[in-house]
Amino acid sequence: MLTEFGKIFIFILIAVLFVVIALIASKLIRPARPTREKNMTYECGETPEGSPWVKFNIRFYVVALIFLIFDVEVVLLLPWALVYKEFGMFGFLTGAIFLALLGLGMVYEWRKGDLEWARPKLIPPKLILDKNKIDINVSTEN
Amino acid sequence: MGLLDQQFKDENIVITSVEDLLNWARLSSLWQMGFGLACCAIEMMATSASHYDFDRFGVIPRPSPRQSDVIIISGTVTLKMATRIKRLYEQMPDPKYVISMGSCSNCGGPYWEHGYHVLKGVDRVIPVDVYVPGCPPRPEALLEGLLKLQEKIRNESLVKKPA
Repeated sequence: MLTEFGKIFIFILIAVLFVVIALIASKLIRPARPTREKNMTYECGETPEGSPWVKFNIRFYVVALIFLIFDVEVVLLLPWALVYKEFGMFGFLTGAIFLALLGLGMVYEWRKGDLEWARPKLIPPKLILDKNKIDINVSTEN
Repeated sequence: MGLLDQQFKDENIVITSVEDLLNWARLSSLWQMGFGLACCAIEMMATSASHYDFDRFGVIPRPSPRQSDVIIISGTVTLKMATRIKRLYEQMPDPKYVISMGSCSNCGGPYWEHGYHVLKGVDRVIPVDVYVPGCPPRPEALLEGLLKLQEKIRNESLVKKPA
């Protein structure tokens, strides 16, 4: 007789076999004729421009992180909202503290300006030239 | 070269049965590359829509050449587009098929003489399996072209052709 974990094991086994057999079968059947052009990055038939490993704006990361935090918050609060009445004041306060912590984080990043999409004013470093110390020969050599 | 494809010198009952299975599988799900060039593309879209229902032959438009089996050249192939078509065709995985739809892609169509910007037939850049005549062809004609392509695939062989 199988235990409950045994059933899961068989389930995993079938899942693994399914993938492995499919991969082997397709390896057996498919013609493989790679060319340089076929392995090229697909850009709608155009010549690929630059590397696909481009840098994304760091702001996307901040926004994604904020989204993730509040996403998880919703997931955690839903079951809490169903049962907090049974735990009385204690259950309510637990949820309230959790919410307050997240709210505090929200206030912090709002204050810090991470929710503003527009770039904060940059202060470009200024080159202060001392006329007496400039060596003209050095700058023209390059 | 794959492990099975074109690896055999002569036929036998096992090979021909495997062939039948493979060919049946291939011809029953010809995923089409979503690719429209000119007015023929309107007819191609009509063929894909509910009335003519390309889907019943397993033809599903795919957004990428990596996932498609057949490319339907539906319309005027300008010289600028020809290089792109060539690359898109090259980027499709084997086995791949080409249906040339309409007079323009068959032979240049109305631009055959004075079309300074039109390729006189898409078969000058990629190998075409089926030509569908018409200007533009009706959806029925495209369906007929697809059936012809299916016939062609049904007779494909794993046996290496004598060079």
